[in-house]
Amino acid sequence: MIGDANIVDFLLQFLNQFDGIDVIKAFSAVGAGLAMIAGIGPGIGQGFAAGKGAEAVGIRPAAQSDVIRTMLLGAAVAETTGIYGLIVALILLFANPFL
Amino acid sequence: MEGPKIYGYILGLPLTETLVNTWIVMAIILVMCYLLTRNMKKVPGKAQVIAETIVTVMDNLVAQTMGKDKMGFAPYMLALIMFLAISNTAGIYGLRSPTADLNCTVALALMTFFMTQFFGLKAKGLGGYLKGYLEPMPFLLPINIIGELANPVSLSFRLFGNMLGGLIIMGLLYSALTGFMFFAVAIPIPFHFYFDIFSGLLQSFIFTMLSMVFISMAMD
Repeated sequence: MIGDANIVDFLLQFLNQFDGIDVIKAFSAVGAGLAMIAGIGPGIGQGFAAGKGAEAVGIRPAAQSDVIRTMLLGAAVAETTGIYGLIVALILLFANPFL
Repeated sequence: MEGPKIYGYILGLPLTETLVNTWIVMAIILVMCYLLTRNMKKVPGKAQVIAETIVTVMDNLVAQTMGKDKMGFAPYMLALIMFLAISNTAGIYGLRSPTADLNCTVALALMTFFMTQFFGLKAKGLGGYLKGYLEPMPFLLPINIIGELANPVSLSFRLFGNMLGGLIIMGLLYSALTGFMFFAVAIPIPFHFYFDIFSGLLQSFIFTMLSMVFISMAMD
């Protein structure tokens, strides 16, 4: 049986053998990867918008240009949160504030 | 991956790659204006037909999005979309896109933001403008103010993130393909088509469209 305290001790000992800067760099890279999980949301949202757009074009083919314009606008607004995630990842990778 | 290069300093201000590329884009637009609009005639030639088509399409878009009473914004919106379309596709000419720099996109978004505030104030009057912040309920005032300030942030970051993301992916692709002579020519073509042409033109359209929507929403 290993208790919680033992795991924390082990982790600290393990991390202590490295240079502090290296640990920060490694965790920044992991954080950048985790930040890009934000890409799931816009993916679902844009897919939903595209599906509804296709539906609307199917119902009224005459209004195709209007539907496509509105859909692109909505998809772009839905994309914003994903772009925020991307910017957090870029900051962690290229302009790291912790270094 | 590195930011825009700094070529030198003029009176203490950095002369960056973004600035130089913006000048190049401006020069392209000026030359285009000159070539398309010289010796205008009643019976149009080829160049004049292109110029008239561009102006007519933009006029129709503004009339549809903002309403017939706000046609005065059409020249500004056309200038904005031309600048964005040429600078977003600058990657295919081998230039670093000026909009892949946060300074440029924030400047453009702030222009839209101040236009929104100014024309909203002008159209509604001071009382109506201030009352707009208290709707639908007075206690929502802080949320309305935050929402107003979030517009330029999201507008600038959307363009910047898209353009820089494309730039980084193209840079990674080219660095992965160094050494393969043939593949380095053939493989990037579809990626250029997507990231530079499709994504660039779409983002310039969206930026202009959202500017129009924000301004016309503030006015009525």
